[in-house]
Formats: sequence, C-alpha cells, structure tokens
Amino acid sequence: MDWEMLSHRDLLETLLDTTRDVLPIVLIIFGFQYFVLRQPVHNIKKILIGLAYVIFGLSFFLVGLEKALFPLGELMAKQLTNPEFISAAAHHAIGNIQWQDYYWVYIFAAAIGFATTVAEPALIAVAIKANEVSAGSISVRGLRISVAIGVGMGIALGSFRIVTGTPLHYYIIVGYVFVIIQTFVAPRSIIALAYDSGGVTTSTVTVPLVTALGIGLATTIPGRSPLIDGFGLIAFASLFPMITVMGYAQLSHWRNKRNSTSNEKPGG
Amino acid sequence: MKQQLKLFLNAMVESTRDLLPIIFVIGFFELLIIQKPIPRLQELLFGTLMVVLGLTLFIKGLKMALFPIGESMAYAFARKGSVAWLLLFAFFLGFGTTIAEPALIAVADKAATLAADAGAIASSEASRENYAYGLRITVALSVGIAILIGVLRILRGWPIQWLIIGGYIVIVILTAFAPREIIGIAYDSGGVTTSTITVPLVTALGVGLASSIKGRNPMLDGFGLIAFASLTPMMFVMVYGMLV
Repeated sequence: MDWEMLSHRDLLETLLDTTRDVLPIVLIIFGFQYFVLRQPVHNIKKILIGLAYVIFGLSFFLVGLEKALFPLGELMAKQLTNPEFISAAAHHAIGNIQWQDYYWVYIFAAAIGFATTVAEPALIAVAIKANEVSAGSISVRGLRISVAIGVGMGIALGSFRIVTGTPLHYYIIVGYVFVIIQTFVAPRSIIALAYDSGGVTTSTVTVPLVTALGIGLATTIPGRSPLIDGFGLIAFASLFPMITVMGYAQLSHWRNKRNSTSNEKPGG
Repeated sequence: MKQQLKLFLNAMVESTRDLLPIIFVIGFFELLIIQKPIPRLQELLFGTLMVVLGLTLFIKGLKMALFPIGESMAYAFARKGSVAWLLLFAFFLGFGTTIAEPALIAVADKAATLAADAGAIASSEASRENYAYGLRITVALSVGIAILIGVLRILRGWPIQWLIIGGYIVIVILTAFAPREIIGIAYDSGGVTTSTITVPLVTALGVGLASSIKGRNPMLDGFGLIAFASLTPMMFVMVYGMLV
C-alpha cells in the first residue's frame, strides 16, 4: 500500500515534536500560575483536554501537509519554474525568456498565497478573536479573505522581484511608506489588528510552500543565487496583508458613510 | 452524544471549506497548466483528510484551552497588579515559545551557510553551528523584548502606530549598514517567529489585558503584540549580522 508512507512513526514523531513545542509554553504558564499568581488553574480538566486537542490537531495537520500537500506543492513550484515549461508556454527559446514569460508563475504565486492563507490556523484564531472583540462588526471571513488577498499579492510581487533580480529592500521600504500613509487615513480601530495580520499569515501552511517557490525560482533563473534571492517572499507575505486589511476597513468605513448619508436624504 | 457528533461534523465541514481553495489551486494547475498526472493520488487524499481532521481538532482546542489560558492569565495579572511580574511573564512567553520554533531553527541553519559562503565566519561545522545558535538566541531575545514592550504599551495606552513607524525607520536605517547577505533573512525572520500556538495565546493575553484595565479598549489596545514580535527580529538579526 502507498499508505505505508504515512506510517505510525511519522505521526509519533510529529506528535513528539508538537509536544516539545507546547511544553515550554505550558511550563511557563503553569509556573507563573502556581508560583507567582498562586492560584489554581480554573477548570483545569477542560484546559488539559483542550491542550490535548491542540497537540493532536496540530500534529495531524502537519503530518497531512507534509505527506500530501507539501511534496505536491513543491513539485509544482519546480515544474512551473522549469525553463522548459516557461519557454514552451511563452513560445520563446530558452535563452530568450523575458520576465513577462513567467506569467503562470505569478498567477500560481498569487493563487497559492491566497489559498494557503485561508487555511492558516493562526489567522483563524486571530479572526475569531477580532470578531468577538468588535462585537461582530469585523467578520471572520472578511478579515481572512482580505489577509489572503494581501498574501497573494505579496507573493506574486515577490516572485516578480526574484525573476527581475531587483533589490528586496526597495520594495519593502516603499511598502512601509504605503503602510505609514494608510495608518493616518484608516479607521483607528483597525490599525493594531492590521499590524498583527502581517505576522500571523506566515506560519504552518504558507511558509513551506512559499519557500519552495522562492528557491525553485532562484535556482532556475540564471544569475540568481537560491541562498540570497530565495529569501524575501515571507517578507512580502507579512507586508501586504497590512495594506489590504487597512484597505478593507477603509472601504467598509467609506461604504457605511455613503449609505448613512444617502439614507438621510428624503426619499433616498 | 448525538448532538456532539453533529457539532463535530459541522466543524469538519467548516475545515473542509477552509481547505477547498488549496485543493482547487493545486488541481487547476496540475491538470490544466502543467498537464502531468498527479503522483500518489491515494496518499494525497488521505493526507488531505488528516489535514481536515487536524484543523478541526486544533480549532476545538483553541477555544477550550489556548484562548481561556491567555485570558485568565491576563485577568489574574491585572488583579494582582504587579507590573514587574507581568513584564517578566511577557518576556518569558516570547522567549520560550521562539527558542524551540522549528521554522526558526531551519532559517538559522540556512543563514549560517550563507554567512560562511560570504566569508563572514569560518566555514567549519563548529563555527556554523555557533553562528546558527547565536542567531536563534538573538531572535528569541528579540521576541521576548517585543512581547514585553507590547504589554507595556497596553498598560500605558501608548498609540501603536508611533512605535511601529519608529521601528520601520530603525529597520530602514539598519538596512543601509547591514551586510547584504543577511538582509533577506532578516526581513523573513519577522514572519517565521510567530507560531500557530503562540499567536492565539498572545492574542488572548493582549485582548484580556486591554479588557480588564480601565480606560483601555480591547480593539484599539488589545491587538498589536504579534506586530511587535514580527518587527523586532528584523532589527536584531541585522544587528547580529553587523556584529558577528
């Protein structure tokens, strides 16, 4: 059976790894709870069961990704960045490939950035919290989609940067300037959340696939070094969600305002 | 029991919906653009099922454990009223969750190879390991300090944008002086530090603190801890690259 690949050992190893990740956190929390705050943990049974869910859930999630989606995603990144594929899709000879000929790479980058972000568990967590705190005015789905659009745009632009070989810091600095300008015009209540959404997008699902894409590009394009140019996609993926989340807030703010002014008009 | 099963199945359907975009994108590109058969289809389906089950369990655990822990710690510290202990806790939480982060270990190893190639360190195994370990400690310290500053900001009610914009300016200045080969890694290190377990805990802690302190608004002041944790590693890694 092919499923031999998904052996018990893989699952056990991942379970151990996840437990090792959770352990320092649990030690710090319970240590402070008992020695500093000096009070018993409220509802300890429920918390422990919940932690078990977290450990098992994350382990299943990782094993599934590593055994199924990551190898395929990495293979696809390799296939799409292969010069033979590019030249065939663009009807150009291999030595004559221009940056435009990588269009399938840009589209794939945007699509995979979007899709992996929608499934990112850390983002789901933040969206649930934001929905709770904003008393429902920020929808879980709306926030996740705007972050995902940001990541998609970021990864596509980051791929373009690797193809053209332009310096990373120019893009990031321009992005910062954009974020700063938006900070002054966006509704105040969204700013902290927007800044946070940059950091949460890139954890379990997005990083490995995006890294594979970056390294695939940097390896196949002449004159790029995978070690130097392969980096930087994650930086794009953390920058652009800030822009799109603030944009989303500005858009809904503007729409609400327009609706309320048109409602005030008689018969409007 | 029947009710529980129904809730669980609903949650599974929800998780499946979260994964549909990935399945669609991979299917579309594999079948229509690359036009090569999908290898090991059976394994792929089984793996996807594991991912769906895992996501469902994780979200259940999130609501049962990670959110309540973060919140109850926030309330307990607010009641105790000791700023020093709270800040120490914030630092440990940031440092402790980052030092063992697998994504960071991978990035640190790559950075060491890069530094050796560029001739910044000797290319022996020992000096590379040393470099990678130093980098991990640096990033973990930076995340600890980030959570500490972030918590202090919530307590004092400082507006987040000035701190973040100030951080950007420092990063831009450092970029001008940092060795070229470290810049990409530094920029990426901001993204890899915040793991799937840390994010919900830290978010619940921030929101809990902002809701239990008088005069703080959870929406304005509660978020932002993650933002600091993705900003400071960029600075610290560039400084590390300049010093080592």
